[in-house]
Amino acid sequence: MRNEPTITPEQVAEHGLTEDEYQTILNVLGREPNLTELGIFSVMWSEHCSYKSSKVWLKTLPTEAPWVICGPGENAGVVDIGDGKAAIFKMESHNHPSFIEPYQGAATGVGGILRDVFTMGARPIANMNALRFGAPEDDKTRHLVSGVVAGIGGYGNCVGVPTVGGEVNFDPAYNGNILVNAMTVGLADADRIFYSAAAGIGNPVVYVGSKTGRDGIHGATMASAEFDDATEEKRPTVQVGDPFTEKLLIEACLELMATDTIVAIQDMGAAGLTCSSVEMADKGGVGFDLDIDKVPQREAGMTPYEVMLSESQERMLIVLRPGTEAQAQAIFDKWQLDFAVVGHVSDSGRFTGRVAGEVVFDIPVRPLVEESPEYERPWVEPKAPAALAPVTAAMEHMAALKSLLAGPHLSSRRWVWEQYDQTVMADTVRKPGGDAAIVRIHGSDRGLAIATDCTPRYCRAEPRQGGAQAVAEVWRNITSVGARPLAITDCLNFGNPERPEIMGEFVGCIQGMGEACRTLDFPVVSGNVSLYNETHGQAILPTPAIGGIGVLDDLERHADLALRRDGDNLILIGETAGHLGQTIYLRQLLNRGDGPPPPVDLTVERRNGDFVRALIAAGRVDTCHDLSDGGLLVAAAEMAMAGDTGLDLNGPEDAGFWFGEDQGRYLLAVPEADTAEILQLAEQQQVPAQSVGRTGGEALTLNAGAPISLAELRRAHEAWLPDYMRND
Amino acid sequence: MKASVIVFPGSNCDRDVQVALASAIGGTPDTVEMVWHGDSEMAKTDLIVLPGGFSYGDYLRSGAMSARSPVMREVVARAEQGVAVLGICNGFQVLTEAGLLPGALLPNAGLKFVCRDVQIRVENSQTLFTNGYQQGQTLRIPVAHHDGQYFVEPETLAEMRERDQIAFRYCDADDGRAANPNGSIDDIAGVFNDRKSVLGLMPHPERAADAIHGGTDGQGLLNSLVSALS
Repeated sequence: MRNEPTITPEQVAEHGLTEDEYQTILNVLGREPNLTELGIFSVMWSEHCSYKSSKVWLKTLPTEAPWVICGPGENAGVVDIGDGKAAIFKMESHNHPSFIEPYQGAATGVGGILRDVFTMGARPIANMNALRFGAPEDDKTRHLVSGVVAGIGGYGNCVGVPTVGGEVNFDPAYNGNILVNAMTVGLADADRIFYSAAAGIGNPVVYVGSKTGRDGIHGATMASAEFDDATEEKRPTVQVGDPFTEKLLIEACLELMATDTIVAIQDMGAAGLTCSSVEMADKGGVGFDLDIDKVPQREAGMTPYEVMLSESQERMLIVLRPGTEAQAQAIFDKWQLDFAVVGHVSDSGRFTGRVAGEVVFDIPVRPLVEESPEYERPWVEPKAPAALAPVTAAMEHMAALKSLLAGPHLSSRRWVWEQYDQTVMADTVRKPGGDAAIVRIHGSDRGLAIATDCTPRYCRAEPRQGGAQAVAEVWRNITSVGARPLAITDCLNFGNPERPEIMGEFVGCIQGMGEACRTLDFPVVSGNVSLYNETHGQAILPTPAIGGIGVLDDLERHADLALRRDGDNLILIGETAGHLGQTIYLRQLLNRGDGPPPPVDLTVERRNGDFVRALIAAGRVDTCHDLSDGGLLVAAAEMAMAGDTGLDLNGPEDAGFWFGEDQGRYLLAVPEADTAEILQLAEQQQVPAQSVGRTGGEALTLNAGAPISLAELRRAHEAWLPDYMRND
Repeated sequence: MKASVIVFPGSNCDRDVQVALASAIGGTPDTVEMVWHGDSEMAKTDLIVLPGGFSYGDYLRSGAMSARSPVMREVVARAEQGVAVLGICNGFQVLTEAGLLPGALLPNAGLKFVCRDVQIRVENSQTLFTNGYQQGQTLRIPVAHHDGQYFVEPETLAEMRERDQIAFRYCDADDGRAANPNGSIDDIAGVFNDRKSVLGLMPHPERAADAIHGGTDGQGLLNSLVSALS
């Protein structure tokens, strides 16, 4: 082993390792590590790669169902969608890099999640995202929105995978720490899934894709620390993306996957060559012996430390069947991508690297993974929110509606979506703007519905309810287009887990999510945890972003939110108690954030959703919208604007009825002739249902008050974001 | 009719146009031949399609590198013989870079990628690409591009008008916004060569060719070709 200087306590601290963790390293190795080894331990044991604070709690989430082919632990989750096909999907955060360098941070976030999906054998067919920015008034927000949106578009558009939806929220809690969560859904043959467990002593380990450069070194460690004023200096730790190479890599890998050459395959994401090698070796119970010299390098003079920790993008690691190297190389040559045999699978159980034949690191694989720290961080039960103080209506309801639709929270996101290619691949059935996006399963009459959601202000007020609500809302979104919800991926964004109140938020959200997943038969199959989302000790709102998928067995029978006929009755499904605590109404119009969030009754949620889905599947309902932020009046207005059809609404006068955010509710537009029967069906199944309006005309009218034209509403709704971004 | 789609590294609408064309012809997707950019030979064909995407990453300039790839020498030779050539989006950019169509495509006036439905008017229905449409008919078809601002010198534009080389113009936005999504000169969305055997356009007809797309106005272009070339 090459002699290197002794590791100092400062170097240990710089690598984000505690003294106890360093002592474990000494025990594992039975000697002092060299610098390369210290780097390898530090990235493998970073929060980002080891899940050391979250693992204990993640294990409590339900991950199984008869249709789950592969749950958490692989690169992405795999679900059987029938007809011999599988959907492979995952959502992942790229928060810290995106704050430092918004375009590249967001772009490489998309690139990374695409690789997690195609590495398992799927062709990516849809991208989604969940974005959270600081207050619109904050100096940096406009610049960050502009860069992140352009970065997501720049990458996804070039790769040729449609971005079919997502969310954009603003809140001052994200001023110093935005969230960029990207999700990819892919399609594969259910019997052609590729896994990462290496096998076959002596089999070649092959590196393909881009060359390794000095970019992104220590990204995983950065993603596991809080921000301070020196954050700007971390720009060199952000990776640079090349979507063109990614496109070639997708095609080359899928072409290789059609042959019989691959034993195991894994993308190089966080912690690059280190993490992919160690995970492949550990899963297979084998060792990896690498020749660092053979790793394609972008520049001369890179040290083993740099090669092993680089997070250069668009790279994959493959274990091939012996003797298939030439066949595999021909494919990568055709796509003009680097291909190099960089080592072999060994029976040593060790992760060994050599330069010019000399060992530069040598670590036992099992302990590197299994001795990784796991913390049961102390946590405190979040304080229950005080009861909601009395609410006096802010203004007349229609004025309130217009103000909400024209505000930062509920205004149209079209300015964002139009920068994303939503229709490439020619299978997009429902574009952004509905409750869930729908893409056709290529070559069939079936579809996948995809949605992302989370309501962080509910999670802050009452984490357990908030966690359950996030899962329930995704389930509801998928239901409201008529699809059968199958499974979720989660992207858990929280503050510093070493603070008991933050850990309490994390625990509460996980508990609520788990309850919802169990009651709704909606297991977690993949996900990612992003902690330390704090700047100067100010944590973000707890944000467990949920991405879900569902299947539509007949594309002909789906619903969307656009009103399409005059004379339909607008039917409200679900109980309306008029819950105003933590609503957008309270927050935007009364500048209040008090009260508990709306309670989530999961049994009711399931009953109401199953009722609605059955109506759509039976072809009896084609117009449906779920109720969420802004409540009934906002949802009704969105349906009217989308379908360019007016509404005459009738109901009680109280603000809670029109703007409350009670859960488990939907609006259906039903022809007059079918109304009585649908109401009767609802009654039989104990589903609350009532008529609240009738479609027709070109305006919205409430309780026979002054009408407001759809044109005026639409202008207000469309104007805010483009006006806000005008000077970016 | 025999149709071929050129696949450059970075093309990403090659499969989409293959599927739509095959459906117009009435065959399975493999009825339409895919031709790799590195090939310098191509079987006999009636129609060559340059698909959308980001060929060679659109590095240097959109379409510039593809225009110099081996297969393009063959495409130019065939076009000179009168074989029909259709360039969609990135394919349109390649055709201008290769000199098969006049003008150039600059970054959108708004300097952002734009993906939305636009309305275009058929300006010349007397061609093999447009014979299935009425003169002046309005079509609703999506665009998705960053560099779609058509530009041509005024003298050339005048000649093109005179020779009925304007194929489509952006028109009549129905949502109160500017009809022209990218600042193209004279609202031009697509142009022909002088003999009307080469068409380049920014909108994607293959994404408006199936009921699930929410509109089928692009189908007419593909049907026109099938009826003219079969």
